[in-house]
Amino acid sequence: MQKISRFDIINRLKDLLADGNVDRVLGWKKGEFRYDVTPHVFTSAQELEADFVWGDFCGANFSKYLIKETAKSDKKVAVLLKPCDTYSFNQLLTEHRFDREKVYAVGVACDGMADIFKIKKITGDGISDIKENGEDLDVYTIYDEKPVKIKKTDVLSERCLSCKSKKHAAYDELLGGDGDVLDSNRFDEVAKIEAMTEEERYAFWQGELSRCIRCNACRDVCPACTCEKCVFDNPNSGMENKSPANEFEEKLFHIIRAFHVAGRCTDCGECSRVCPQRIPLHLLNRKFIKDINAFYGEYQAGEVVGSRAPLVDFDKEDVEPKNAVGKEDK
Amino acid sequence: MNNHEALMPLVAEIVDIRVDTPDVKTFTVLTPDGKKPFDHMPGQCAMVSAPGVGEAMFSITSSPTDTEKMEFSIKRCGGFTEYLHGVDVGQQITVRGPYGRPFPVDTEFKGKNLLFIAGGIGLAPLRSVINYCRDKKDDYGKIDIVYGSRSKDDLVDYAEILNEWCSDKNVNVHLTIDREQEGWDGHVGFVPNYVSELGFDTNRIGIICGPPIMIKFTLGNLTKLGFEKTQIYTTMELRMKCGIGKCGRCNIGSKYVCKDGPVFRFDELDELPDEY
Amino acid sequence: MYKIKISDLPALFDKLSEKYDVFLPVDFDNGAKYKKYEKGDVLSEKLNTVKSPKDFFFPQTEDMMRFKTEGKKIDVIDIREPKDDFIVFGVTECDVKSFEVLDNVFLSEPADTYYAEKRAHGVLISRACSKPSETCFCKTYGIDPSEPSGDISTWKADGTLYLRPNTDKGEAVISVISGILTEADDDEVNKEKEKINKILDRLPLKNLTTEGFGAGKTAELFDRPEWAGLSQSCLGCGTCTFVCPTCQCYDIRDFKTNDGVIRYRCWDSCMYSEFTKMSAGQPRLTQKERFRQRFMHKLVYYPENNGGLYSCVGCGRCLQSCPISMNIVKVMKALGGKNE
Repeated sequence: MQKISRFDIINRLKDLLADGNVDRVLGWKKGEFRYDVTPHVFTSAQELEADFVWGDFCGANFSKYLIKETAKSDKKVAVLLKPCDTYSFNQLLTEHRFDREKVYAVGVACDGMADIFKIKKITGDGISDIKENGEDLDVYTIYDEKPVKIKKTDVLSERCLSCKSKKHAAYDELLGGDGDVLDSNRFDEVAKIEAMTEEERYAFWQGELSRCIRCNACRDVCPACTCEKCVFDNPNSGMENKSPANEFEEKLFHIIRAFHVAGRCTDCGECSRVCPQRIPLHLLNRKFIKDINAFYGEYQAGEVVGSRAPLVDFDKEDVEPKNAVGKEDK
Repeated sequence: MNNHEALMPLVAEIVDIRVDTPDVKTFTVLTPDGKKPFDHMPGQCAMVSAPGVGEAMFSITSSPTDTEKMEFSIKRCGGFTEYLHGVDVGQQITVRGPYGRPFPVDTEFKGKNLLFIAGGIGLAPLRSVINYCRDKKDDYGKIDIVYGSRSKDDLVDYAEILNEWCSDKNVNVHLTIDREQEGWDGHVGFVPNYVSELGFDTNRIGIICGPPIMIKFTLGNLTKLGFEKTQIYTTMELRMKCGIGKCGRCNIGSKYVCKDGPVFRFDELDELPDEY
Repeated sequence: MYKIKISDLPALFDKLSEKYDVFLPVDFDNGAKYKKYEKGDVLSEKLNTVKSPKDFFFPQTEDMMRFKTEGKKIDVIDIREPKDDFIVFGVTECDVKSFEVLDNVFLSEPADTYYAEKRAHGVLISRACSKPSETCFCKTYGIDPSEPSGDISTWKADGTLYLRPNTDKGEAVISVISGILTEADDDEVNKEKEKINKILDRLPLKNLTTEGFGAGKTAELFDRPEWAGLSQSCLGCGTCTFVCPTCQCYDIRDFKTNDGVIRYRCWDSCMYSEFTKMSAGQPRLTQKERFRQRFMHKLVYYPENNGGLYSCVGCGRCLQSCPISMNIVKVMKALGGKNE
């Protein structure tokens, strides 16, 4: 159960619209089922009443939409941001990707989001409804009158299981109060992969990336991927491709992308959330974050607007690459 | 060409390159054993390619009545066309086709007066049908050709127009350029306006090809002269990859330009969503 | 009708794989994917594989030919190897019907020989959907998941797999495994069909209709204001097109290798901004136009060219995969008739 209710959020948003502070709201729109929530721009109280939704399936991070949305109008847009979303929000501001003056940021407290794939692993297909019931989710299917009771903590998204912060890094106002930066266990998964032998690690990524269908969802949802023309879409780049010509090219795409967002990735986890093949792409980015922390000291992208990321900041004390990776000169 | 291998190209050799304008060259191609690669009808296209460089659709500019060779007039506009403009005679390329619906030369055009209106490189797709109709002049009435370009130097096929078309008894050529130019004593002005000035009667079929803006205004002016959309044709260009109506690139509404076009009658275009 | 105990399926797959390459859906983490059968592989219970079986006939990436160039000379080399018969096992009826949609495109004259050859050699063994998902809406298109077609139809009931060959290809496959099958009557299968049909009545999308779509609806639908709202959050990724069993747009590209140039084709997506871009211009400028193209094609343009058949089979993959949960059902409800 989320701390703040849909009702309270809608009331506040209606006030914001009524006061003329903002003329539209970037929020979550309900779908056919409980879990298929769509990012949507609401423009009226009636529309909010009818379609706005807040609950355990509002995973979408709206930060990147602000680039497009703020360019549309001079009026302010209100945006709903969960704590993790605010890091992307700040990072985009650091990169001057949208005009802060055109945004009214409403921070919403978040109790973690549920993963529909994890739920289906327990209940199977045929979900007709999901009701939030205290700490539980009651999942109804078309195959049984009675719901399957699931502890929400058992079906939390991977990224929420290792949540780095319940504290908003940016907001104009908060709904549901603020939390703390958490002592996250998020590098444990990376450590597991690091502990593998080279062959095991290669086999692991080969297995995961072999499922990639190169739909570009990871790139297109990523708040750090805001190039106006991605090299992989640019016929003049010499590497424009929609599909791998061979196996090597597939890995190339994900590795280049991980390099390109290194130091700017806030670890929001959208890449893995949207991957239709459930490839744990965030682990590539997280490995970079872990290494950057180890080499240059702790750094969290998006924590502070305007912070200089270690990879674009030179310091005479910077570690020598060869020492950093613990390898002798060849 | 064997229809069963529609995507498999033939090797062809460039045996002649004619410089038409500063940015248009006409390439003559034959198979390595010296034959015309395949037969076609006026208005049909072929996929021309240099492996590793690109493949693109071009109209076949030579007439089907030329049984010896096949020609393509190609404007340099980046990518693959840049490459073609850099090659020498003897270079092999690949061709596949013919693709698309041709001009209805043996049906609707038969016995009619024809009015061809072209702008810039837009003459290239019409050259095939103009020469076809000239070669079979008994099958058609009077032929008028209104052709304009930015300057005299940008007129494609200028030598052929002067030496051959202008000397045909049943052909009237009306040339125009956009701006005054030294050594030009012909008409000056844009094609759509020139068409109005010439004031054709409606006892003919119109065939327009050129930049979208020129097509738009020419169509408007023909309509003012009393032409119906059912008596005006054009030929279209969209991005294509397969040429056989399968890859989906050139899909507009329920039509595929590569297969259902590139030749369309204007009333047919009205049926399509405005996405071209 | 034949039958075999579910517990004996490994023997069936072993036997089949002696003669054919057999592909079947197997589980991975949170999904299912087709995999070439190896001893020990277990048939997935999941309804949909993430990638549809169109991949066997129209692969995501497919080498078409090789070019050798020397000086000004070019050699075109057909690199296709003769194809052996292969089996795709466990295809749901929506996916079987997707091949009708693809056949209309690829096999219409001039036929796509790359696709045609794979179709000629592929054997489809279908399966009835005992446990449809909330995202299923095949009935909207008149598809009956209790009566699967293909070369062989199969039903699972009470720990038994029932098999019914429908074509010569199917008979040929049955003859390979006839030693481990026993003859069966239709009773159990009929009961299973009834059971499935009762479930279909409980599906949340059971009332979705195609009313308002189909041939001749371009003028009515093309300029509807709803497209703007429906497409506003579309990321322009290709997920829906790549998981879709009926999407068939492709690109042709060249790849330079040390040994000449390989021309290959790969899936493309009308959702991509580069799809229609030319040096001369771009007919679909924003994501709204690209988004509209995909749904207009499935619901109006394709039916117009194919006797009213829709280019959607209701498999629900796009409902499960779209990063922003926008999909054809939401489009149909927003624009169609009687879908409130």
